[in-house]
Order: sequence, then structure tokens, then C-alpha cells
Amino acid sequence: MAVALIGLLSLPVWVGNTYYINIASQILLWAVLALALNVLVGYAGLVSLGHASLFAMAGYTAALLLDAGYNHGTADLVAIIITLLTAAVFAVLALRATGIGFLMITLAIGQILWGIAYRWASLTHGDNGINVLTRPAPFGISLVGASSFYDVTLGVFLIAVVSMARFVRSPFGASLRGTRDQARRMTALGYNVWLIRFLAILFSGFWASIAGLLFLYHNKSISPQVVALTTSAEALLMVISGGSGTLLGPMVGAALVVIMKNVVSAYIARWNLVLGVIFILIIRCMPEGLVPGSVRLWRVGWQAVRARLNGWAMRPAGERTP
Amino acid sequence: MSLWLTLAVNSIALGGLLFLLSSGFSLIFGLMRIPNLMHGAFFMLGAYFGVTLLWKGVNFWLAALLSAAAMALIGGLIERFLLRRLEGQVLPQVLLTLGFAFIVGDVCLMLWTGDPWQPATPAHLRGVMQMAGLYFPLFRLVIVLVAGVIAIALWLLVDWTRLGAMIRAGVDDAPMARVVGIKVSRLFTLVFALGAALAAFGGVMGAPYLSVYPGLDFEMLPLALIVVILGGVGSLLGALVGSFLIGFLYNFGQALFPDLAYVILFLPMLLILVLRPQGLFGRVVP
Amino acid sequence: MTALAVTALCKSFGGLRVVINVDLVVEPGERRLIIGPNGAGKTTLFNLITGEIAPDSGAIVLFGRDITRAACRKRAHLGMARTYQIITLFPHDTLLRNVTLALLGLSPLRWNALLDLDRQQHLTERAREALSRVGLETISDRPLAQTSYGERRRVEIAMALAQNPKVLLLDEPFAGLSIDERREVQKLLATIPRTVTVVMIEHNMDVALDLADRITLLHFGEVIVEGTRAQVVADPRTREVYLGA
Repeated sequence: MAVALIGLLSLPVWVGNTYYINIASQILLWAVLALALNVLVGYAGLVSLGHASLFAMAGYTAALLLDAGYNHGTADLVAIIITLLTAAVFAVLALRATGIGFLMITLAIGQILWGIAYRWASLTHGDNGINVLTRPAPFGISLVGASSFYDVTLGVFLIAVVSMARFVRSPFGASLRGTRDQARRMTALGYNVWLIRFLAILFSGFWASIAGLLFLYHNKSISPQVVALTTSAEALLMVISGGSGTLLGPMVGAALVVIMKNVVSAYIARWNLVLGVIFILIIRCMPEGLVPGSVRLWRVGWQAVRARLNGWAMRPAGERTP
Repeated sequence: MSLWLTLAVNSIALGGLLFLLSSGFSLIFGLMRIPNLMHGAFFMLGAYFGVTLLWKGVNFWLAALLSAAAMALIGGLIERFLLRRLEGQVLPQVLLTLGFAFIVGDVCLMLWTGDPWQPATPAHLRGVMQMAGLYFPLFRLVIVLVAGVIAIALWLLVDWTRLGAMIRAGVDDAPMARVVGIKVSRLFTLVFALGAALAAFGGVMGAPYLSVYPGLDFEMLPLALIVVILGGVGSLLGALVGSFLIGFLYNFGQALFPDLAYVILFLPMLLILVLRPQGLFGRVVP
Repeated sequence: MTALAVTALCKSFGGLRVVINVDLVVEPGERRLIIGPNGAGKTTLFNLITGEIAPDSGAIVLFGRDITRAACRKRAHLGMARTYQIITLFPHDTLLRNVTLALLGLSPLRWNALLDLDRQQHLTERAREALSRVGLETISDRPLAQTSYGERRRVEIAMALAQNPKVLLLDEPFAGLSIDERREVQKLLATIPRTVTVVMIEHNMDVALDLADRITLLHFGEVIVEGTRAQVVADPRTREVYLGA
């Protein structure tokens, strides 16, 4: 754990190449989105196919405000607030159902927002998207360079991870998982299941908005593509392929998709195909996700090795030939 | 006047295509509770396949049927060997079907390039038909006719045959159907294949009208979802009504409010989900 | 004041009348057994009392307080606890966590997203205590997946008892248990203090009858007979219901 942390912190030093530092920044910001989505998918048992729209809502709001002349602080704060309001609307509508119904409603809302981003050109500049000229300078630190942007992104990412870890171990986190496993019983035990889910959606929306802002400043632009169904699908796939219900899973999933998209695509034109194949393989071998699956295989492998060693140790001295 | 008429004809034509697309989705979702996120991919791949056959000079109807058969085979294999073990697990199902959608998307891009393909309307279906002093493009009417024929065929299948009875039993209560001796697993494979076939058939039928292009899959998928949600899961009547409703909303919406076209499309679906979650004709599942 | 008073409770599903004009009055500390053949509406009656479904008409009063319109979760806070016919525990957690969740439901701590739940000693200690009351303290830290059916039944009861309820509703607590396990649960139920009123649905007569002060017999949603064990056993209508006259 400490090694990983040091490795991450010093990344700009040993990677050097700006291109790869940017990739690392991207992995981190998408990981924040994946973690946010995991709160719903993994811990609440609510699968959302519209999370990209919360991500994009923050980006678009900030971009529009910056375009109109507001400063970064205002733009970012308002963006987060607007996204939280959107998440609240999402929640009120989508929580009318659970399971597949929830999935459909989130997809529908996501598509409506995409339609607005794409078609209401007078507001959102339509297909062209919106360009942002400057990155914010929190506490006076310039984020212009890839390295400094990476450092701040890493900082935000670590705060997100700690916040999630806290959340998971907390009484509220336990209540949320309870609603995932036995919603009916939770109600009979005195919990307000609807409110628990509502608050979880807000928490998830908050971190999605943070990720969205990071995305906006990294790319210095935002376009309707970000709100599209495929983006929500990618986010969902990051969570599922890495392993929902774990903290490491979504991070691994985000790394997988981002690396495939950016690095592999330089060598293989049809990286979507490769990604699809990888997903199919994951389903076949580790349907619970890369992280839990690897842990399982590791344990199985280790037990096999130990059994072998034990068997070997059990044989009488004369027969022990390696 | 003629603008509205054209819009109306386009609407029912789109409705017909949507029915072919969503009837399969409705059956698959209704029976197997699987949100088949690769359904759009079946439509698109089937369309590309059919277009290639047309290019080689194959008869239009034959091309559509062959394409449907090919997709049925692919769908059946995917269900039998990959989807079957994931029964009841929504997340892996989502991952798998999306994974395949990605694969199909890229394969189509590789084989057919990024340019849109639009086959010419088959010769014997070109031209216009004259009714009550007005002219209607023949092909669009043919689409509706074919959709109607298939709708009747499906209705006969589901309501009047033994197979249909088994499907209905499975939709109502799959574990119970198993207990009674219905080979539900084989039924699943069959229905999945049928759904894929219908989508492919629709894709080929629609090719002269919509053309085929990369991204068609993820454009058609949400439409299928809206139709099924509006009409009610597992209900063919619902898919029929929903398809034409959406056909009209889409075309008239585009014409009247181009900026909000997508919103107009999804708002009814949202309303239905919130107010009457079982759809117009669906059954309430406890 | 009665512990639980149900008056003229009715519930229909579509055209099917499942609970028809049921009256039920349970005194504080009483042990009431509800029996009846399958489909008599017993579990539906429980679901109405706990608030999981809403009645069509009638009233439910808990220690003098009308709870007919009260939300299900409120009733837990008012002192009602129940177990389920089909075991509905939390499969991914340990026994200790299962019982802790039951305790957490009544505590304002459940909204806290910052503290570590495992470190909340006052909750975990009470959870261990509840588990030891049902004889499971040695395996408190075992994941639920590694326990037997009989142990899980006892966890259900531990969870309900941990809530310190005023009224405890047990839905077929002996279902699926072996003879030895049934004896264990029987002994356990006998130790519940009279500060808790117990209403129990059960099919298994031999174990249930001993525990009951009064018995209510339901059939097709209606109360057919009610009284002490002797009265119900002697009543000719009881025989009719079970042997079908």
C-alpha cells in the first residue's frame, strides 16, 4: 500500500513523458467517477446507466459559466451545486423503481440530458462543444503543466478514496449495503430505505461532479459525446469489470478502460474490439470482477501450492524426491 | 398538407421498423429478464449483412431472411454458451451484452468501413402508390405491411401455438414452468435467437430507408427501450402500439421542435416509468 | 391497556379476500399462537400488523396508540419486532454484523457516515449479548454463509430480541428445523421475559401449543375459534377446519 502510494506520488518523476503523465491523470479522474458510480452499483445495488450525465452536467455548467465570464471558484462551486440538484432529481424519479426499472429511468434521464446537450445548440453549442481556455489555480498553484495537474488530480483522488473508505466502514455505509441485500427487512428494522438511497445518490453525484470538473480542466473542453450513452456504459463497465462492491475494483477497471482507449489505441486501431473481448473473458473467468476474481484465483493457487507441499511433507522420508 | 402527410407516412414506416426491432427485445426481456444491450448491434449487423448480400445481387426478401437466419445463429450461440450461465446476475449480463456490442461495433467498422451504406430500394418496390388522389412512396408502405404481417405471425405464435404457450408460461413464472416440465433453457435460447432474427430482419428492411452506418446500434437501442417501456414488457401489443407512437413522436418532434427532439422522445418514457411502471399494456409483476 | 388490538381488519388482493374482518386482542405479556391451514391468511395478517402492506379497512392499535396508518419503519421504533418465515438475513456479513444492523436500525447513529461501525462498542457489545442469549456467541464472527439453517433461525430470533421489542411477532420460527433444533428454539422462546408480548404463527403444533396462553384459529382469512388451548382443542369447528367437513 505504502509502495503504491509513493509510486503514485512520484509518478511524474519516473515517467517523464508528458503523454503518459496525462494518461495517469485521466486514469485518476475516471477512477473517481467509477468510485462514485460504485457507491450505487456496488453498495446500494442500484445500477445506473446515466452517470455520465452527472459527470457532464458539472463540466458543462462550469464551462458555460466560465464562458460567461465568471471566475473559476464561482463556476466550480455552482457546477457542483447544480449537479447535486440534478442528482436529486435523478433520485426522486429513479427511486420510483429498483432493479431494471432504475436502470431504465437513469438511462432515460441520461438520454434526455444528452439530447439537450446535442440539440439545444443555442445553449450548449451543440456538437462543437464548449472550449475552456484556462485551468483553475487553487491556492495560487498553476495547473497549466501536465505534472502539476497530475499532482492536484492525485490529491483529489486520494481524498476521494479516503472519503469512500470512511463511507464504506461507517454505519451509513452498512445501512446502505443492508438496503442492497434485504430492503424489506431493513424497513422492518426501522430504516428509511428511500432516504438512505436518496442520500447515497447525492454522495455519488457529488463525486461524479468532482470527476467532471477534473475532466473539463484536463481536456479544456467538453462536448455532447461526454453525455452519451456510451460514456455511461463505459463508466459502468469500469465498475463491473474491476469488481463492484470493492474499493480497488473501480480503480482497476478505470485503468483498464483508459489504458485501452489511449495507449492501446495507438497500436491497435480497433481497441473497442479488444476491450469487448477482454470483458467477455472477464465474465467467463472472473464474473465477480478483476479484483475479487484475482484474489480468489490467488487463494486457490496458494491453497493448491500448500496442498502440494503438505502432501509432499506427508510422505515417508525415503520417498521424498522433489 | 403534404408535409404532414409525408411525416405521417414516415412515422408509420419508422413505427414498422421499430416494431421489428423492439418485439424481439420485448420477448427477450419479458421472458429472460435480460436487458439485451446488444440488441441494437443485432439490428446493425443484420443490416450490414443484408446490404452486402444485396450488393451481390441477392433478392431483397432472400437477403433479409438470410440475414435474419445468420443473426439467429449468432444470437443462439451467444445465449447457449455464454449468457446461459449468467442467469439472474444482472451485472455480468450487462457486462457481457455491452462487451459484445462493443465487439460487433468494431467488427462492423473493420469490415464495412465508416461510410454509410444505403442500398437502393429494390426495383419491384420502387415508385409510388396512388390512393385517394395522394401519392405515397411504395417502399415505406411495404415496410408497414411487412411489420404488420410479422406482428400477426408473432401473435399467432404466442397466443395459439404450444410453443407460444410455453413462452407465456415462462414469462409469467420461469421456475414454475421448469417444474411443470417445460424446457425453459432451450426456450431461452430459441427466444434469444428469434429476437436477434427479428432485429436483423428489421435492419435489412430499414436499410434502403435509414441506411446503415457506424453508431446505428447505439442509436436504435434506446429507441427499443423506450418502445418496450412504454408498451409494457413482454407485451407484443404494447410493442406494436409503442412503436407507432414513438415513430410519430420522433418524426413530428424532429419537424416541430428540432432542438428538443430527444427530450420529446424520452419524456413519455420517463412519465410512464414514474406513473405507470408496467407500461401501457404490461402486467404488474409483484 | 392491551398490547396489541386489531379491529375488523380487512385486506383483499384483486378479487381475493385474504383477511376478512379479523379481530385480535393480545394482553401485555401474553403468548398468542395463530394457527390455521395453508392459505389462511396468517402471514398476510402479520404483514398488515407490521405495516409492510396497508389494510383496506380496520384498525391496529399498539399499546393504546393507533398505528394503522403508521409507516412500517416507524413501527419498529414503537417497539415492534418480527422474524420471517423465509430467512431474510444479510448474506455477506458475519453473525455479529447481522445483529448489529438490527440494533443500528433504532439508533440515530445509522445516519453517520464518518465513524467506523466496528468500533462502536456499545452496539457490538449488545449484539454479542443478543447472540449469547441464543447460544451463538462462540461463532459471532463467523460469516453467515458458513452457518447452518438452525443457527440462522436463531440469528433471526437474536436480531428480533436485540431490538428489545414490546411486541414480538414470530412467523413460523420452527420451520425447517430438526427435532433437536426445535427443542433448542423452544427452550429459547421460553426464556423470553413476560415484558415482551409474543404473537407466533406456527404450523408445528407439538412445539407451539406448549408456549401458548391463548390460540387464534384462522381459516380463509377469518377468525374461526379463539380461546385457551383446551377450549380450542375441544371446539368442533377446529376439527372441521383441519379435517375439512
